[in-house]
Amino acid sequence: MSKTILTVDDSRTMREMLLLALEDAGYHVLQAEDGIKGLEVLQDKRADVIITDINMPRLDGFGFIEHVRRDTSHRAVPILVLTTESDAEKKSRARSAGATGWIVKPFHPVKLVDAIRRVSG
Amino acid sequence: MAGNEMDSLRQIFFQECEEQLAELESGLLEIEGGGQDPEIVNAVFRAVHSIKGGAGAFALDELVRFAHVFETVLDEVRKGRLDPAGAVVEVLLRSADVLADLVRVARDGGSVDAERIRAGTDELAALSGTPVATDDAAEEESVEDLGFTPVAVAFPTFDEVPAEPEPAVFEYTVTFKPHASLYASANEPAVLLRELGRLGEMTVACDTSALPALGEIDPEGSYLAWTIDLKTTQTEDDVRAVFEFVDGDCDLTITANNGAAPSAEDADFEALLRSIREAPVEVVAEADEPVAAEPIIADAPVVLQDLAVAVADIAPKAEAPKTEPKAEKADRAEKSDKAAGGEAAQQTIRVDLDRVDRLMNLVGELVINQAMLSQRLGEAGLARSSEFATGLDEFEQLTRDIQEGVMAIRAQPVKSVFQRMPRLVREVAAATHKKVRLVTEGEGTEVDKTVIERLADPLTHMIRNAIDHGLEKPEHRIAAGKREEGLVRLSASHRSGRIVIDIADDGAGINRTRVRAIAEEKGLIPANAQLTDDEVDNLIFLPGFSTASTISDISGRGVGMDVVKRSIQALGGRVSITSRPGHGSTFTLSLPLTLAVLYGMVVTVADQTLVVPLTSIIETLKPKPGDIHGFGGESRVIALRNNFIPLVDVGRELGYRNHSTDPGAGVALLVESDGGAQSALLVDGIQGQRQVVIKSLEANYGRVPGIAAATILGDGRVALIVDVDAVVAGSRNGGSPESVLALAG
Repeated sequence: MSKTILTVDDSRTMREMLLLALEDAGYHVLQAEDGIKGLEVLQDKRADVIITDINMPRLDGFGFIEHVRRDTSHRAVPILVLTTESDAEKKSRARSAGATGWIVKPFHPVKLVDAIRRVSG
Repeated sequence: MAGNEMDSLRQIFFQECEEQLAELESGLLEIEGGGQDPEIVNAVFRAVHSIKGGAGAFALDELVRFAHVFETVLDEVRKGRLDPAGAVVEVLLRSADVLADLVRVARDGGSVDAERIRAGTDELAALSGTPVATDDAAEEESVEDLGFTPVAVAFPTFDEVPAEPEPAVFEYTVTFKPHASLYASANEPAVLLRELGRLGEMTVACDTSALPALGEIDPEGSYLAWTIDLKTTQTEDDVRAVFEFVDGDCDLTITANNGAAPSAEDADFEALLRSIREAPVEVVAEADEPVAAEPIIADAPVVLQDLAVAVADIAPKAEAPKTEPKAEKADRAEKSDKAAGGEAAQQTIRVDLDRVDRLMNLVGELVINQAMLSQRLGEAGLARSSEFATGLDEFEQLTRDIQEGVMAIRAQPVKSVFQRMPRLVREVAAATHKKVRLVTEGEGTEVDKTVIERLADPLTHMIRNAIDHGLEKPEHRIAAGKREEGLVRLSASHRSGRIVIDIADDGAGINRTRVRAIAEEKGLIPANAQLTDDEVDNLIFLPGFSTASTISDISGRGVGMDVVKRSIQALGGRVSITSRPGHGSTFTLSLPLTLAVLYGMVVTVADQTLVVPLTSIIETLKPKPGDIHGFGGESRVIALRNNFIPLVDVGRELGYRNHSTDPGAGVALLVESDGGAQSALLVDGIQGQRQVVIKSLEANYGRVPGIAAATILGDGRVALIVDVDAVVAGSRNGGSPESVLALAG
């Protein structure tokens, strides 16, 4: 049973890159292009792990994570923040919003899969 | 990852870069114009950020470094620490240009002037108040050998444990006590422990002493702690790295105790984990109503996960359902709509242009086919009310709808061309030491993609010209009582089925004395030629004409306005110019919306069948002999509603006959031509209105003055499409439609 990963990123390049890397690793992938779309996808689909960007139009990564954590049916889903900022401020903001972990861009596919395993077993 | 996947990723990346660069530029221009909306700044920041993110994945280090510095400054703006006023936004615009060049170089190869990048970086660094040490920061993020390399990557399976040759074995004691916040961020001790287990051999002891009675358990609380003895070849940092995500969300100690005897109670950790994973599934399988368990799961997932770990350790029979059944259900549901694949929200598709063109051609054939059927129907003498005829009417309507649909696919707003111009204006302004403001209007005006693509070069040239030749130097402008900053206005609009693009400057206007002198000097006109102001202005379109005394780098480049004119004509368009000394010049391009079809009026002239584009015709009228007045030789006008309108004998203009016909025997088509002037085209009779497919005459035969193109009629005959403006212009010049050019010969 392959795991389902929801990727939320406004960059088409990044979505496509994640799709290729994740499908290669045997995951089923759902995609959304910003936080609002991400929440829409979660309304009728389930994800085992969510990977989200921070800087997005409409609803950014922080807001998206907070919404997911407030929703009882998804609050236990691990969320990995995907971002180029490796600075402490972004990480701590993401964490206090409820992020489970993070992936620093640019990522190697192996590191990506590594991070997923570290939050979802 | 396969090479072709990399290629397609690259392609997506660069397409996206183009979009982001456009977003960046338009956002910055809005800010420059005083836009205050924080969302603009956010969008600008995101654009640079996205480019940087993608560039990092492709190891485009130079691009990443510059984007990083740029992004740092934009972040300052975003946080309100830097006011994007005057000089600042100018730096940002210049940086956007550098960024665009770096993207282009990354895509097409070549190099960007290192000095330019350095200057740009310094300028940005000065704004953000940080020293140029920013290089290191970017380096750290990009170069870490994490580049997305085009080689197949084998992903390790989850059970693989890395094997090191001849490793030293360390022993650690790890104590781990999660805080409630660890669970709140969906971290799970079982997963972390399993991760730890991958590092080597370990024994796990769970401390449940803090666990209260069931009724007192706070679902959000944390009651368990673990002590782990680990034998591993990894360093303490590697051990700590397992807990990276929960740093601060737990009490963690890691003690190295090398030499200590291995623990006596060696538990099989994999077996322990298996029991944790499998126990809940067993329980659910035994339950009658697994679904009924869901509300509990939803309410208290945290504590249940806790319990799953603890209880499995103590007594594997406890009731600790997990969310697996729900997971399976959802998974099945997802499989069923596999068609949706990874695409949740796709709003546009990218289609190979060839496919659209093929469709377009087929639709063209369909139109001709339908016209032939209609014709045959008429010839067969079937009544208009017959079922055949009504069916054919519907067919005609459908054909039209399909055609419009296909044309709409190809139609694009001129914005894509217009948005390249601000940068051009900045560059030319800098090179000529002039101050220029560009105003664009009507960017949403749509026109066929081919037209747009072929517009870029002529527009670029004309804007260069407007700044280089049109606008005066700042000191001259001030002396003339004008604003120091020159204005170039680029606007597009739809007018009678064509797109009209104006390039207007508020410069000195065309210096007619000088233009005349140059034309005479170059032998383009005879010394004593009698020319109207309009004719003098149009001299600049003659081949070989260039007003610059030295070929400047800006509008020189070996091409003149004649090339512009020819490329516009090749699109079935026209260029005209109006100029007022001291007030500036306006170049007007008028182009067809599509190069594929037009609605035309089929007319008869001297036994020939011609098509006049419907879009140029205002009305048709039957002239009464009393309305026609002759003056000066062959010239005639027609009186219409208190106006005198020049009468143009099409048959004569096109050389079908060399005498004028009796206007009373024909029909006059009132047309509007360049500049809005009206004329009446005299033809022998009207056959009807029809949609015709344009076939290029130049491609199949050659250029014919006064004729725009050809078409195939329903009966299979070829008919020529009249170039109304050329015919009218020809009649005004009292000779062939190309008389201005003929003058040059």
